[in-house]
Amino acid sequence: MEEKEPPRGPGTARDRGTAPGAARDRGTAPGAAAAAAAVADAHRREWAFVLAATVRVTRDIDLAEECVQDAYARALDTWGAAGIPASPGAWLTTVARRRALDLLRRDATAQRVLPLLVTDHALAAGQEQASHDRAGAAGPDDAGIADDRLRLVFTCCHPALGTEAQVALSLRLLCGLSTAEVARAFLVSEPTMAARITRAKKKIAAARIPYRVPPRAELPGRLDAVLTVLHLLYSTGYAAPTGDVLMREDLAERSLDLTRMLRDLLPGRGEITGLLALILLTDARRSARVDAAGRLILLADQDRLRWDAAKISEGAALVREALAQPPPGRFTLMAAIAAVHDGAPSFADTDWPQIVGLYDLLMRRWPSPVVALNRAVAIGFATGPAAGLAALDALGASPELAGYGYLAAARADFLRRLGRTGEARLAYEEALLLTGNAVEREFLATRLEELGA
Amino acid sequence: MSQYLILIYADEAQWASATPEEVAQLTKEHMDFGQRHATVIRGGSALQPSGTATSVRPDPAGGATVTDGPFAETKEALGGYYLVEAADLDQALAVAKEVPARFGGVEVRPVWEVM
Repeated sequence: MEEKEPPRGPGTARDRGTAPGAARDRGTAPGAAAAAAAVADAHRREWAFVLAATVRVTRDIDLAEECVQDAYARALDTWGAAGIPASPGAWLTTVARRRALDLLRRDATAQRVLPLLVTDHALAAGQEQASHDRAGAAGPDDAGIADDRLRLVFTCCHPALGTEAQVALSLRLLCGLSTAEVARAFLVSEPTMAARITRAKKKIAAARIPYRVPPRAELPGRLDAVLTVLHLLYSTGYAAPTGDVLMREDLAERSLDLTRMLRDLLPGRGEITGLLALILLTDARRSARVDAAGRLILLADQDRLRWDAAKISEGAALVREALAQPPPGRFTLMAAIAAVHDGAPSFADTDWPQIVGLYDLLMRRWPSPVVALNRAVAIGFATGPAAGLAALDALGASPELAGYGYLAAARADFLRRLGRTGEARLAYEEALLLTGNAVEREFLATRLEELGA
Repeated sequence: MSQYLILIYADEAQWASATPEEVAQLTKEHMDFGQRHATVIRGGSALQPSGTATSVRPDPAGGATVTDGPFAETKEALGGYYLVEAADLDQALAVAKEVPARFGGVEVRPVWEVM
């Protein structure tokens, strides 16, 4: 079974260069460029919706992905001449489902390699399932949570799948991220990630992992993996691993929507509240994070008046609510850190010792190389660049961080502050080699230039 | 409905040193389990210890090599199995969680269905 790539939205530098020319040549309404932009937009916004709806028809994830790819390709071919539909998601879903039905009809007699997914509908006749649902109190399919995307999340986050596979698969299927992008988000090679995703899909089909939102009684146990997915979804949106724009706001919005939905479904759970707070408190700085030219602005240099006060106040209230349910989980602690930043009148007036203290708690609760990196950076601001550099260099041996651009960038910054220009230059060059996001690359290149030849 | 094979893996050293009371208790637990899930169990048995196993592998000459011992030497050896019927993995896992397996654990494998 081959790993198929979702179609890439035409938002790359190459496409941006060619699209206006194409529009001029053809001169059709609404124009190839506008159509391409609309398809790219629909890819970012509607991928999960279209795929999840198509999976319901095909009961086969690979086939659904193929049909959704076809639908996007057809959109690219036809929207320029025929016009952009009022509801691109509905258009794409209709086309993808029709394609799926065609293929299913044609291949009705062909021998299937893998069994069909088990769906709620397929189970409805089973008596076991009826008692299953009764055990689930209000039942898993109240209108509010019967969102196909959430169903897809819970299927992808099934405990019979490895955590890494759960998150990778969800990012791939819910966000339409390419295998390369998912690989970057996980700091592993692309072939490794492709194999992981393929294996996970095969297991869902062969072991009959059901395609449904679990009953309430099982939800708590399934929650942590889902929160991890939503958090990674947000992180990926906040700093897109590759591409020309720093943030893919739809991913951030989508994770925010899904987290709110999950909180409605399971009220009073501290970690969902904590994650929602974290997303809001981080997202509050979104518009201050890049300047008018799209260049990256570090937290230290951001205009705090541009931060979203409504999101900060909602997020801060949620952090208090989450902290009132001890012990705080990792998302609650991360949200508390974000709240300290958001509450500081300026970067210089940030309560760095408190942030280091919160990172210490986080390291105990959730030790990870990236948390250790952030803690080392916080030490640098609390105690000075020499202490920060020492803390960073203590992490240098961590194999997970070996290809991680942020480590090199953080080292470069401390070295620059210490006046160790030659070493700082080398570290910036290393960070540039490891960074795929064009906006982050430009930031690093500018810093490198400022160091002089 | 689909079928799943529940493979019971156990530490044979612990099993060998179990007291007669423990053996009786475990046997009773399996009887109870079998009654509780009688509607979904399609088969199952305990196996003699891996010391009784014989492995057979094809050899390059087109014949077969017969060797003494299990296919793979592991601390926890296959000691028994149940074949169960379930609508999906969640139902199979719900049954698997109740299999008595105090000296180890179980592995759940979907049966390859011919369609």
